[in-house]
Formats: sequence, C-alpha cells, structure tokens
Amino acid sequence: MDRIVLVENLNYSYPPLVPGDPVVDALQGISLTVRRGETLAVMGPSGAGKSTLCLALCAVVPHSTGGVFGGRVTICGQDTRTTTPAHLSACVGVVFQDPESQLFSATVEDEVAFGLESQGMLRDDMRQRVDWALGLVGMSDHRLRSPVVLSGGQKQRIAIAAAIATRPDLLILDEPTASLDPAGALEVVQALEGLRHETDCAQVVVTQDAELAAALADRVLLLDGGRVTHDLPAHEALRSPGLLTEHALFPPPLAVLNAYLQARSLPVDWRTVDEAVAGVRRLLGAEGTCRRS
Amino acid sequence: MPPLIAIENLHHSFADGWDALNGVTLRIDAGEYTALIGPNGSGKTTLAKHLNGLLKPTSGQVLVNGTDTREASVSALARLVGYCFQNPDHQIFCASVREELAFGPTALDLSPGEVTERVEAELAAFGLAGLRERPPAVLPPGLRRRVALASVLTTRPRLLILDEPGVGLDAREQADVFARIAAYNEAGNAVLLISHDMGAVSRYSRRCLLMAAGQLVADGPPNRILCDAGALADAGMQPPTMSRLSLATSDLGLPPLMLSPEEYGRALLRLREERS
Repeated sequence: MDRIVLVENLNYSYPPLVPGDPVVDALQGISLTVRRGETLAVMGPSGAGKSTLCLALCAVVPHSTGGVFGGRVTICGQDTRTTTPAHLSACVGVVFQDPESQLFSATVEDEVAFGLESQGMLRDDMRQRVDWALGLVGMSDHRLRSPVVLSGGQKQRIAIAAAIATRPDLLILDEPTASLDPAGALEVVQALEGLRHETDCAQVVVTQDAELAAALADRVLLLDGGRVTHDLPAHEALRSPGLLTEHALFPPPLAVLNAYLQARSLPVDWRTVDEAVAGVRRLLGAEGTCRRS
Repeated sequence: MPPLIAIENLHHSFADGWDALNGVTLRIDAGEYTALIGPNGSGKTTLAKHLNGLLKPTSGQVLVNGTDTREASVSALARLVGYCFQNPDHQIFCASVREELAFGPTALDLSPGEVTERVEAELAAFGLAGLRERPPAVLPPGLRRRVALASVLTTRPRLLILDEPGVGLDAREQADVFARIAAYNEAGNAVLLISHDMGAVSRYSRRCLLMAAGQLVADGPPNRILCDAGALADAGMQPPTMSRLSLATSDLGLPPLMLSPEEYGRALLRLREERS
C-alpha cells in the first residue's frame, strides 16, 4: 500500500474553549495524500490549521478533542473515525514542538524503549532497536543519562528516536526545530534525512522554516485559514518569496536574492551558497578565482 | 550614574558541578539593544538569570544600577529588570488578560490608578483591548506571546530581557512583536535579546554578544559578529546564509558584511555595471 496518508475533504471544528463561544472552524475542505517514502512540509501562518491537521493524522482529532468532524482521514488503510490514537500509534510516530511535553522516562534508553515495551517486543530485539534509533539521531553515547539534563536539541533528538523506534509508516513532526539552535536544528535535519535513507517512512513536517523545508521536503502544502491554498513541489514553493511572504513565512535568503536579480533581468536560480558564490563570480567575470565559502 | 548592568568576572557553577559561566565581564548601558547569541548550553540563559537575581554569582559580581544582586531581593530587581521567558505558558497564570497584565505592577505596590493606566496602555499597544476579560491560557500561541510580553512591560523595566520572543510566531506576528519591542527600546529602555534567529538579531539589535562555553567570546556590531566565521566556528555555530555568501565573495570588490539579500543584490548589480 503506497498511500500512507489519504485525507478526503476534511472539515473540522473544535468545540468552544469557553462555554458559550461559537465553535472554532480549524480545517475546511482539506484533501491530500502522502506516499510511502515521501516528505510533505506543511507551512502557513499561525492559526492556519497546521497543528490541527497533525492531530487529525494521528486520530487525536476527533477522538480526544471532540468537535465536529466531516470527511475522511485514512492512515495506513485505517479510517481514523473508527481507529483510536492508541491503536494507530502502531504505525504513526509523533514528535511535538516542545520535547519537554513528551519525555518522561528516567533514562534515555527507557524513553526510546517505551513504545517497544508497550508493543511487547522481546528484550534483545528491543535493545537492538534502541541502538538503531539512537544511532540515527546521533545520541548513542547518552543511553543512560536522564533526558531532563539534556540540552533542548538533544531532548528533541531523543523524542525523534522514541518516535521512530517502533518503525512507524508515518512520522509526524510539528515544528521539530523551532526551539533549537542552528547547530541543533542541523542535527535534527540530518537525523531526519538519515531516516529517509534508512526507512521508507512517510514524513509530515510542520515548519515555518523554509530552509528546513528545502532540506527535507519533496512537497510543500501551504495552508491559510484552515484551507489548502497550494500543494506544490518543494523547490517550486520555496523559490517564490512572494508566495511565502503571503503566508507569513520568511523566504530563504537566497530565494529573495534570486527574485531580486530576476526582477532586474538576471536569470539566476541559486539553491546553495556554493552555487551563489560561483554565480556571483561568473556575473563579475571572475570565474576560476575560487575562494572557499 | 552607575551603568545599568555591570558584571565583573562572573562565575556560576550549578550544584551538579557544571560550570555554566566561566568569568564573564560585561557592561550594558541604558537604551542599548543587545543580542546575546551562542549555541545551546553556552550559558546565555544562566547569564540572563543573573541580571534579575534569579541566580546569584558563585564568584564575581553583578551590579544592577549600582546594586549588588546578592544584596537585593528578586522583587526589588524586578523594578529594573523584566524577564520574558521563551515559553509564554511558563509565566501566564491569571484568569484574564487584564489580571495578567496587572499582576506585575500590582506586586510592585503601584496605586490602582497607575496599574490601570499601564494595563490599558499595553492592551492598546498590543491590540489586546478586545480580549481583556478572556482567559489567556486559551488564546492562540501568538496572542499568548503578546500577553506574556505585555505583562512584563507593565512593570516598565529599564532592562527588558527576551528569551526567543519570535519562536512559534509567524513572520507577521514576529514583525508586530518586534515593532513593539523596538518602540520600548526607542523610549530609552535597554533590551537584551537572547536568540538563535540570526535574521532577527541582524534586523533589530545594535550590539551582539557571542557566548561559548560560559564565556563572552565576541562583542560588536551584529553584522560584524555574524560575518566573523572564525569566532562563530570556534563557538560551534555556522554563519547565516548571507554572511557565508558575503564572506566568500568579499575578494571581488563587494562591500563586506552584507546580511540583507536586497542589499547584496543591489551591490552586485552596481559593481557589475561599473565593470562593464
């Protein structure tokens, strides 16, 4: 089965948070698919429905939230209206924005083993799987430490290791690097890239970071006001500064530079700093006079 | 007048033996807009928590407006230094937005009239007036961030410390929040911005401090620090995209230290025209 995520005309409203308030329309007419091995970046302004969509993909919406749910979400062939989040967790891993909200074990290895233990995995298999997951996120040397004392970036990598240890078909990440420093964010991106090579897990990544989306995503889904406004190949979405700005996103600096020069009749399309350095040298007639970036 | 903040050879060791600060000396004057950058674990938050007395020096000295923080209570320091945490949920606890904003100035023993005046001023400045009786905990993240910041500003701190004020906000919300911070700074108050967001640091601050392993390793204008590949690499950080491009092409006659893509594009076109 190739289609891991199938969302058909999903409409969802939260129940009012304060009694007497009207219901809050969060998602309207959402349709999308994510295939095995594919990474979808979900982007858009605050309140666009990005996190609600994540919750719908792991069946927390509507099972734990109530509210008004219409349309259909099918994850790994299972309709979320009749599958509980606990049941779905066998094939879906979730990493939230704030790792503090999901780490609770006394040691790193217990944290990563938790999902496997719940599945009743044998001890030796479990040890191997924990090794594999910690290796993927570069945290093998920290097995016996308490997650509490780790840095934010390390905590998030443990949360990812715990989510992938069960080898889910779908990994959902809601702003996985928002609270990390650039070095920590890069480690997480590398871990997720490694995961794409090691498994054919589908990934849905909510992010405001266009550079992260460029590094990870095959496609970008732009949301605004609970609706899908664009569903584009990543390179196309990410080289349109206007489109990103319209969705309250910071465009990647090179995309802004490309657009600035394109608007002045220079047909450049630099994707990396190295490409830009070479391109600038060409434009100034200084090819070959190479200096490292 | 004493400097707003004067730190002398500050060391801080935590109970588990971790030496978080290893000899920091720093002065911050009234009205500065300073960014504090550095990798996770470099001591940024530990340093900031010394400025309002949440942490006291293991050795060395921190003077806030001339007063040694070891001899001042946190509540006395709160009159001078306001701290806005990275996660607004760590500081929001009142039943309504209005009470949240009133909490600080009330605790500072201001008259009810003065409290109301400040609360109304910040409600208006942050566009929160229509939400004054709402419970802040149920507001969306962008509004919770504004409530948290507004509730610190009602104490009118001479130094406003902001830990990642843009995290979790979209570009429009960030622009709103940073505009309010800039206005507060322009009124003569100092701002200390702790952030990993090099874009925000280069757009808004006028001085940049780089921390590594519990020490200040660089101090200067943001474009100079963010284009100092050596200092950043030593601190375990990568220069942002535009400073990497700017550095790698600085031998071609382009002005150095350009962090804005438009500025870079303009300079490139100008140089190209001159050469043709």
